Amino acid sequence: MTNVKVKSVAKTYGPIPVLTDISTEFPEGSFTSLLGPSGSGKTTLLRIIAGFIKPDEGVIMIGNNDVTNVPVWGRNIGMMFQSYALFPHMTIAQNVAFGLERRGIKGEAAHKEVDRALEMVRLWGFGDRTPKQLSGGQQQRVALARAIVIKPSVLLLDEPLSALDRRLRQEMQVELLRIQRESGLTTIFVTHDQEEALTLSDKVAILDRGRIVQIGDPETVYEKPLTRFAAEFLGDSNFLSGKVENGAVRLSNGTVVRSDSALPGNGADVTLAIRPEKMSLATADSQPNRLSARITTVIYAGPVLSYILETPDGLPLKLFAQNRDGRVLREGETVSLSWSPEHTIAVAN
Amino acid sequence: MQNDQLALAQTRGSVDPRVKRPLPAWVSTTALLLPTYGWLTLAVFLPLLTMLGFSFMSATPMGKTPVEFTLKQYRAFIDQPYLLRIGFNSLMMGFWTTLFCAILGFLAAVALVRATVGKAREALLVLILLPFWTNGLVRVFSWTMVLRENGFLDNILHMVAPDAGSISILYTRYAVVLGLVHGYLPYMILTCYIALVTIDDAIIEAAASLGARWWTILYKILIPMAAPGLISGAVLIFIPVIGSFMEPRILGGRVGVTMGTVIEDQFTQAFNWPLGASLSFTLLAVVLAIFATFSGVLRGRTAG
Repeated sequence: MTNVKVKSVAKTYGPIPVLTDISTEFPEGSFTSLLGPSGSGKTTLLRIIAGFIKPDEGVIMIGNNDVTNVPVWGRNIGMMFQSYALFPHMTIAQNVAFGLERRGIKGEAAHKEVDRALEMVRLWGFGDRTPKQLSGGQQQRVALARAIVIKPSVLLLDEPLSALDRRLRQEMQVELLRIQRESGLTTIFVTHDQEEALTLSDKVAILDRGRIVQIGDPETVYEKPLTRFAAEFLGDSNFLSGKVENGAVRLSNGTVVRSDSALPGNGADVTLAIRPEKMSLATADSQPNRLSARITTVIYAGPVLSYILETPDGLPLKLFAQNRDGRVLREGETVSLSWSPEHTIAVAN
Repeated sequence: MQNDQLALAQTRGSVDPRVKRPLPAWVSTTALLLPTYGWLTLAVFLPLLTMLGFSFMSATPMGKTPVEFTLKQYRAFIDQPYLLRIGFNSLMMGFWTTLFCAILGFLAAVALVRATVGKAREALLVLILLPFWTNGLVRVFSWTMVLRENGFLDNILHMVAPDAGSISILYTRYAVVLGLVHGYLPYMILTCYIALVTIDDAIIEAAASLGARWWTILYKILIPMAAPGLISGAVLIFIPVIGSFMEPRILGGRVGVTMGTVIEDQFTQAFNWPLGASLSFTLLAVVLAIFATFSGVLRGRTAG
């Protein structure tokens, strides 16, 4: 149980910068997700922390030790891979015992540890089987047991749930979270699945083109995105752009929109992000911010209705509404949308 | 297009003579297997059977001597005990060649898979296969140029140390094994390469993350996982090597008497085909016995 610090880490492949000046800390016992599209550098960062890739610049600290020049086998990390990466020629027990053996733990002591780890992932009694005889979800549990049995300083997860189907993935999320809480392991989790990142983590770091654009607890990152990319990548957003005018924003069509965010001075260009579920169909007592728009597409998804709309001047908008009274609006109808200044977030482009 | 065919089929109706009833399953199965088994019969079983027939004859059936059925050819190892020593030497030659090929070939395949990517890997594979495109006899003879006294190897040594003696190993068993390893190494590299290339990188990374260093990864992960490649490579090399006669003859000279050369002599020099055939079958039996033993051991290991 230790924290992990990354200081000014940079990595380029030829002329292409993959990571640019990454500095962050993963506190002891925390569960942090590295979230970003492919090519954002999230996997590279994880692999640098693991020791598979050497950074061009910067320092990696695990606890109080500078491990920048320590090879993978000396870093005491637990790692899970998307492809499970179990040793196919060994039994489940041998797989789990592999790391213990490397640490000189053998015989009865190793046997006990293996049993305890398999019990933790609810696979007690599976020790004599081979990886081939297990389902995908069970194999991933074995991989988790194998990673935690060595009591690693940090648990590194490289999209471990991506190969599982939806049902199983949700089950494994719960399991993973339970085991992480029980073991108190500092965990770094790479994913491109935003829902997974929000559900599992204490902290979410959003990466874009080799930089961490925002890091914080899931609620803050979702409710108060700092950049347009963060607002777009994590969840959905409507974007309005305009100029600052007397503490509010005047859009190009003349509508004035109020925001609780700190705005730049008069005349400055600004982009506002509004979550589609924060907008509602205007009624008499609704919010000060209003726009009228025509419905172009209705997506009926049971509990939630998604409307895709267009303002008269051609701006696309999205609206998520709870299916509370069973009333579904028709395509082609023109409606008035309203939302609160609190949910109107100024973001950097 | 499909509709047209459908319409045509309908107009023809059920009396169309071209609409055939399906053949019974055994007919089509036989027809499909015939080319394979036909070829095997022609190329393998018939020649082997002919040789088996020869091995029970008292003389080559082309001379004037009357030919009789006899088992005496199979007593050769008892009647001529020096054959036992030659047989043992041949097996040892096969053992050492296979061992060196396994060590070198496996490491070469590991290097090929782990250290290279894309174009470089393809180019190296072609370079490994290149010796196959040259005549084997030429390859063996070129070794005599290297290994003989005042040959290439000696010249290099004398450039460094002019007073040193000759390090020629031509006409020794070492030279024979060297030539054989050179000739058969590509088989081992290729079979190991095929086995290694299927191993997911993540498996090796997982082992490293659990604390395994390169030698642990080698003997705990790579060798066990590539065992099928090593075994098939060993089979591919061991069998032809113990029957080889070209390399022993050219590089071994006086010491290069092996089962291969003895058998060849029976056919080409002594014109004693029955003895040559019986020796071949004895050798075949020994090889099969060896593999039967080893496959039992290997099966026992994987099951246990």
